[in-house]
Amino acid sequence: MSVLLTPETTFIVQGITGREAVNLTRECLDYGSRVVGGVTPGRKGREVHGVPVFDTVGQAVEHHGSQIDGSVVTVPPAFTKDAVIEALDNGIKLVVIVTERIPRGDVAEMVEYADRQGARIIGPNCLGLIAPGICKMGGIGGPAKDAEKAYEPGVVGVMSRSGGMTTEISSTLTAAGLGVSTAISIGGDAIIGSTYAELMPFFEADEQTEAIVIYSEPGGRMEAQLAEWVRENDSRLPIVAFMAGKFMDDEEMQGMSFGHAGTIVEGKEDSATEKIARLEEAGIRVVERIDEIPEAVREGVSK
Amino acid sequence: MRFFEFEARRIVEQAGIPVTSYGFCTTPDEAREAAAEIGGPTVVKSQVLTGGRMKAGGVKFADTPDEAAAHAEEILKLEINGHMPRGVLVDPKAEVKQEYYAGVVWDGTAKKPLMLFSDMGGIDIEQVAEEHPDHVGRGHISNLDPVFDFQAKEVIAATGVTGSQLNRATPILARLAELFRDGDMLLAEINPLAELTDGRFVALDAHMEMEDEATGRQAELLREKLGIAEDDTRDTYVPSEFERRVKAIDAADHRGVIQGKDHNFDGNLGLVIGAGGGSLTLTDAVRSQGGKPANYSEIGGNPSVAKACGLAKEVLQKDGVEKIAVMMSIVSNTRVDIVARGVIKACLELGRDPSEAIAVFRIPGAWEDEGARILDHYGVEYYDRSVSLWDAAGRAVEKVQGAS
Repeated sequence: MSVLLTPETTFIVQGITGREAVNLTRECLDYGSRVVGGVTPGRKGREVHGVPVFDTVGQAVEHHGSQIDGSVVTVPPAFTKDAVIEALDNGIKLVVIVTERIPRGDVAEMVEYADRQGARIIGPNCLGLIAPGICKMGGIGGPAKDAEKAYEPGVVGVMSRSGGMTTEISSTLTAAGLGVSTAISIGGDAIIGSTYAELMPFFEADEQTEAIVIYSEPGGRMEAQLAEWVRENDSRLPIVAFMAGKFMDDEEMQGMSFGHAGTIVEGKEDSATEKIARLEEAGIRVVERIDEIPEAVREGVSK
Repeated sequence: MRFFEFEARRIVEQAGIPVTSYGFCTTPDEAREAAAEIGGPTVVKSQVLTGGRMKAGGVKFADTPDEAAAHAEEILKLEINGHMPRGVLVDPKAEVKQEYYAGVVWDGTAKKPLMLFSDMGGIDIEQVAEEHPDHVGRGHISNLDPVFDFQAKEVIAATGVTGSQLNRATPILARLAELFRDGDMLLAEINPLAELTDGRFVALDAHMEMEDEATGRQAELLREKLGIAEDDTRDTYVPSEFERRVKAIDAADHRGVIQGKDHNFDGNLGLVIGAGGGSLTLTDAVRSQGGKPANYSEIGGNPSVAKACGLAKEVLQKDGVEKIAVMMSIVSNTRVDIVARGVIKACLELGRDPSEAIAVFRIPGAWEDEGARILDHYGVEYYDRSVSLWDAAGRAVEKVQGAS
């Protein structure tokens, strides 16, 4: 029916009193998501759009009376690691990290900690995830009415290193009548909690999902890892990939940085051209244009 | 942030890794003094943040202090790959029995630091890995647990190194792994790690790079231990006039973010585009359809009218720009009407007719109806989400080419 989220999914927002977090809370509530609490140290007793604010995650769990499923973390980079580990130690199993510019060592620590607890991190530097008509966790898609317009329930699982492009691609799939099963903004950093390959098993197990679309950029080994996963697992899901940033391959663009933090190209294998070759070798269809995606998905599904 | 060799050596030294006694000098006189203090043959090395020093003549051997001073004088004036040296390092010429490699890098797939060791030091580790894979040992360390010496031992033993060499190299690799983690490094490399004729192991050269995001919390290491000034960012990138002006506009107002780049872009179509992923996609779409972008840009985080206006004005005023294309993927935070107001204001202030200067405006999403109303009023060609990024870019290319 969807990936990682259900209609019953409960979550908190850490750093809920920040400007962006207040908007995000409003959007999620309007969409019908169950935001059961917020945490900002020193602000206990306040409310954000009717959501009670606590000093600690433990207080939020106690107030809720049972386990809370997730947390959206929007605290500044220097405090993110502590906030995430607080959530994990309070039994939270799905953490979306919105914060940008967190040092890589902190991200790696949080991810290893989550692994040991059997928990999952999405992000950092992401907009969260949405199961259309079921739950929106994070700023993905924006205000509820905009999210409804771009994301209709359907058959395609979307994973994207760009938050904005998650919505652009999903909107294209919605307009084509294919719709989206679950869309995940996985984050634009060099090290993230959940890569394409790590999320594939969830989509594989989801009956609603019939195909996968990924948005990809230069930098990192995430696409090579996906190509490997595809070769090793006899997946039922056709995958369509879109690769942005081909212009960065040009000789005269070398050494310049564009887009997300993760797009820094360290070796030749990280370039767009190399990645496209890697994905195609594994049987993944790579399209040149976003508007070619629906057709490619249909062809993949009918094979 | 990259470190000079003399700084990288200080970092490994402070982590308890032996180095030779060396002197960092900025004048020939200092070099003479350092060489005299060392006594015996020395090597004078250029301190630049680029590779290929040896080939470029930035590393020279001296038998006497006077010779060291003469080499220093030459090397201090020698530009290597466009970099002028910060100084020279005067080092005793080591009696080397064998060179090894010890390094730690990030493994993004495993999300853990990866220790590397080779008994073939002094050359590029990538080359060794390709040509002699059995001479490279590898092993991850945890982000949470202490670094255990046995983990380093396993990595080194995998290359066939044993005996006292194994026992001497083990703590060095383990300490290097610790300093990589504690110092928020992206790269920590000792190459060569030398075994001297007397059996001691010393770091003869070291490369370190710290993650920019972490320089704030590493202030103690950077300022107090290394004496690096706060404004010494080591950024070798020299921004263009356009880039500097866009940065100033961005800094003047905390609402939203704009970025502009134009190094090696010299086309006739100005791009006012966003955000991270959308900008990459749109730049490709313009170029793939034969368009010539005049710049790259990013708009995000709901900028003010002044900011959108500022970026558009800078782009419009760039040499050779005939029209601008204002395009983004569907926005949920940035408001369409605010960007529309900004770019129209930019045209009017420059005495340009918005309907002529703006080739296309394709930003769907938040407040799009209000945006469309404004654009309509000025006769600007506007597209909503039913027109793809590719088609909008193609239309802009068509219009600017028709105009030239």
